[in-house]
Amino acid sequence: MENVLCLNRSTGDTSVACCMGSLRTDDLRVDGRGCEDYRHMEIETEMVSNTDGSAKVTLGHTDVLVGVKAEIGKPRPMVPDEGYLEFFVDCSANATPEFEGRGGDELGMELSNTLYKVFNNRYSVDLKSLSISPGEHCWVLYVDVLLLQCDGNLFDAISVAIKAALFNTKIPKVHISEDEEGGKEIELSDDPYDCMRLNVENVPCIVTLCKVGHRHVVDATLQEKACSVASLIISVTHKGTVTCVRKVGGGSLDPESIFEMTETGKRVGKALHAPLMELLQEEESLGKKRQKVGFLDTTLIVAVSHCP
Amino acid sequence: MAADMRLPTIRKQVSLSSSLSALDGKDLVVPGDVITSDTGFMRGHGTYMDEEKLTASVAGEVERVNKLICVRPLKTRFNGEVGDVVVGRITEVQQKRWKVETNSRLDSVLLLSSVNLPGGELRRRSAEDELTMRDYLQEGDLISAEVQSVFSDGALSLHTRSLKYGKLGQGVLVQLSPSLIKRQKTHFHNLPCGASIILGNNGFVWLYPTPGHQDEEAGGYYTSLEPVSLSDREVISRLRNCLLALGAHKVLLYDTSVLYCYESSLPHQIKDILKPEVMEEIVMMTRQKLVELEG
Repeated sequence: MENVLCLNRSTGDTSVACCMGSLRTDDLRVDGRGCEDYRHMEIETEMVSNTDGSAKVTLGHTDVLVGVKAEIGKPRPMVPDEGYLEFFVDCSANATPEFEGRGGDELGMELSNTLYKVFNNRYSVDLKSLSISPGEHCWVLYVDVLLLQCDGNLFDAISVAIKAALFNTKIPKVHISEDEEGGKEIELSDDPYDCMRLNVENVPCIVTLCKVGHRHVVDATLQEKACSVASLIISVTHKGTVTCVRKVGGGSLDPESIFEMTETGKRVGKALHAPLMELLQEEESLGKKRQKVGFLDTTLIVAVSHCP
Repeated sequence: MAADMRLPTIRKQVSLSSSLSALDGKDLVVPGDVITSDTGFMRGHGTYMDEEKLTASVAGEVERVNKLICVRPLKTRFNGEVGDVVVGRITEVQQKRWKVETNSRLDSVLLLSSVNLPGGELRRRSAEDELTMRDYLQEGDLISAEVQSVFSDGALSLHTRSLKYGKLGQGVLVQLSPSLIKRQKTHFHNLPCGASIILGNNGFVWLYPTPGHQDEEAGGYYTSLEPVSLSDREVISRLRNCLLALGAHKVLLYDTSVLYCYESSLPHQIKDILKPEVMEEIVMMTRQKLVELEG
C-alpha cells in the first residue's frame, strides 16, 4: 500500500487502493475478471462496401473500425519486388470530446507509428505477393483505422481488427499486357469474385500489459489504466514470435517485471490467434446467410419501468 | 484465460406482457412528435410550438397537469432537489468551498461552512481552516452528501452535516443514469449479502464493504486503508456487474431489485455476468421476482 499516495489522483486514492489490493494476493479485478482475461469481444467483417476489406471490433465499450483499400503504386526503391502497407489512425470526436479538432492527432500518430513498427518485418504479411511488376508497379494497402469509442486497450482491439480486415481483403487480380509502343498496360479483371486473398497467418496481435501495483493485467479498462504507472505493448504472432516491444507510460519498470510481462504477453497473445481465425473462417463460411448487424447496435427495450 | 470472441447479433426487442398494462397510462414521445393540436394548453419543459401544434423536443413521457403539458425526458442530467442524497467527486478546491462533480449541468458546490470539522467542533471557520481545506478533501476524492439548496442558476449546494455523509473510503463506484434510481426514504443500505450500498440520486452508486464497528467521531473523516478480504471483494464485484446489467436493461434501481438481481446471478461466475445472454437471463429473472412481489 506504500505507493497509494503517489499515484494519479484523478480516480481518488481509495478506489485505487481497492483496485490494487485485490490484485496483490488474488486474481480478482473489479469486474470479476482474472489478470489475463479479456472482456467480451465481438467481431464483424465486410461492413464498409467501398473498401476492399473491412472489420469492426467491439471489445467491452471500445469500438474500432478498420478499412483496407488496395491501390496500385510505385514500390519503394530499396525493395523493388515488394508491395507495402500504409497505416493511418483517426481518433474520431465521437469517442471522447477531447478528440475534437486536433485533439486526437497526437494519439493517432502514436498508434500509427506503433503499427508501422509492428508490421516492419518480412514475415507478418507476404509483401512479395503484393508485387505486380518489379520496380514499376505494386499493390499498396492503405489500412485506415477509425476509433469510434474508447474504453481502454486500444492497441489490442486495433490489432485484432486489422487482422480481421486483412483476412477479409479481396485484391483484384491483374493482367499485364504489352501495347504497341512497348509500354506496359495493367488490366483489372472485371469479375468481382476473381480476386486474391492475403495469408494472414503470421499477422501479429498486440497485447497490452499494464502494471498495477505488483501485478500486471491484460485488457485494462480506463479505470485500471488510471491506476497503472507503466504499460508494456508486445506484438505476438501465432507461433509465439515477438515482433515489437514498446513501453509506454511515465513510470518505470523493473527488468524482472519486464521479463515476466513479456512471458505473460507471449502466452496470452499466442492464445488469441486460434479462436480469432476460427471465428473468421466461420463467418466466411456463413456467406450470404450471414445476418449483417453493421452499426445497428440498438437496445430495443420497450418496457420502461418508471416511477408510477 | 481464452478470450471470448463471437460474431455480433442484433439485440432482440425485450418487453414484458405484464408491464404493457402499465404503459396504457403513459405516453412515450420522441423529439418531433406532435403531442396535441389543441391551443388551449400551456407548454412546459421539453416542448415547443411548431405551427400551432405542440411538439416534443426531448424523448420521454408526456405529463399533463390540468392545462400544463410537459415532457419529462427518460435520460437526462441530474436535476437535484432539496434533500437528495448524492455521491460526487471533488474537482476543484477554491476559497472557502469545493466544487463537486455530480453528473448535473453545473458542478455542485460544497461550502466550507457546510462540512463537519474533524472532532465535531462547532465554531466559526477561520482563515486557518481555509488553508487546511486540502487536508480534508482533495481533488479526486469521493464524498456522499445531501443537497441543501439550489442556486438560481441551477447549481446545487451540498452539505455533509451528518455523521453518515462525508469522505468515502475503499469501494467501487458505478456510474448510471439518474432516472434509474428510485426515490426512497433512505439511500444507505446494508445488504444481507455482505456489502453496503449508497444509491445516489445522481446516478452514482457506491459499493463498499460493511464497516465492522461504528466509530462515533469518525463521521466521514477517517478513511481506512486496510486490505479488504477476498469474500467481501467478490460480493462487491458481483454487485457491480449486477448493477451494470440492470442499468443496461433500464430496470429501476432500489435495494430490493439489486438484491434480487444478486441472488439471480449466483449460479454464474462473476465475470460471466457481463455477457449479453447471461445479462438478459438474470434481468428476466429479476423482473419476474419483482412482479411476483408486487401482486
